[in-house]
Amino acid sequence: MALSADESGRLGELLASRSEQVTQRWTEIIAGQLRGRLSQAELVRQVQELHRALVDALSKGAVDLNAEDATELRAVLADFSRGQARQGFSATETATGVFALKEALLTALDNDQSVATLRDYVAFSALVDQMGLFTFETFVRTRESLIADQAEQLLELSTPVVKLWESVVAVPLVGTLDSARAQVVMERLLQTLVDTGSPYAIIDITGVPAVDTQVAQHILKTVVAARLMGADCIISGIRPQIAQTIVALGIEFGDIATKASLADALRHVLRLTGVETSRRQPRREA
Amino acid sequence: MTSGVDLGRPQAQTVGSDEDVVRVRQLVRTVAVAVRLSLVDQTKVVTAASELARNTLVYGGGGTVEVAAVDNGRRPGIRIVFADTGPGIADLDLALTDGYTTGGGLGLGLSGARRLVDEFDIQTAPGQGTRITITKWSR
Repeated sequence: MALSADESGRLGELLASRSEQVTQRWTEIIAGQLRGRLSQAELVRQVQELHRALVDALSKGAVDLNAEDATELRAVLADFSRGQARQGFSATETATGVFALKEALLTALDNDQSVATLRDYVAFSALVDQMGLFTFETFVRTRESLIADQAEQLLELSTPVVKLWESVVAVPLVGTLDSARAQVVMERLLQTLVDTGSPYAIIDITGVPAVDTQVAQHILKTVVAARLMGADCIISGIRPQIAQTIVALGIEFGDIATKASLADALRHVLRLTGVETSRRQPRREA
Repeated sequence: MTSGVDLGRPQAQTVGSDEDVVRVRQLVRTVAVAVRLSLVDQTKVVTAASELARNTLVYGGGGTVEVAAVDNGRRPGIRIVFADTGPGIADLDLALTDGYTTGGGLGLGLSGARRLVDEFDIQTAPGQGTRITITKWSR
């Protein structure tokens, strides 16, 4: 049920004339449920902005939220719910913040009990519902984009290429190695090989919970790509259970060097590069 | 050719994306730990489940996976059923040959998964979908 142009005009006037009373009551209700998680000044500013946008839209004759005249109101609402989503408020709290307007308006109506007022109120209530749902949708969209951002950040975070020694770089893989991550790993590794000119790369799979044929294929492809660029790859961190599984699956790593631990792999590479590692003689007590 | 009595309700997981394959792995690992499989056997059954769930997704066009704890009276175990309504497998012997693939993989998934578990049962026909049941018993 949409507002008629008449009704929206009347409501705009009412909200404007009772501005102080409405915003005050509105702020009180929201503040009650937020329990001090938002500063009073910030809250008052938000409520006043919403109120101003609403009065503006109504006085221009907006009959529902999708109307041309309500563009600014939608923008303010979207801002409001985006802010709430970012600050960790729940969807219910965000939507209730808008629904609180109904109660605030009721206080502004005083004890006017005429049928016309009731009709206006019901029509207005439909508009507030629309606003609430719009807020809700924006909230969910914001949260979804936050999650997508975080997933991307995690992808970046979880694939560092570290320099272990002069001319030795290592990729410690942690977690699930799906196609997207394998691609990131390969790109990072190849780029680091170019940047550092390292002839050796160690791929450590200690943190990969399961090595199936897809993971193995991704690793093999990365190794082949690194070889094409003139670098040798060593795969380390092959735990006993992973080794047995790889054998049973029938995956062959061919002539690629594999080691049980990252330390073994580093020692192997150092030997290849001619770096001497020796234990210091224990000092003798006189 | 399967034996044993079901323990508790099987847990189902639909497979429609790569993330679902990860969920299947996690579900299988949870149940494998619950039925006290050794670390090696856990890894083997999780890997087999990963292969078959990915086959369900890639070749079967998605489907469902059911994971259940079972008991044959002597040993507990885990049973997993992979079902899809995809095109099915025309030549099963060829599909079970090491190195044979139609999808650009290593061609070891199906044959390797069979080697990783104790019981492996496959029902398939062209146009009829594929249903694979695997069981791994605790030692």
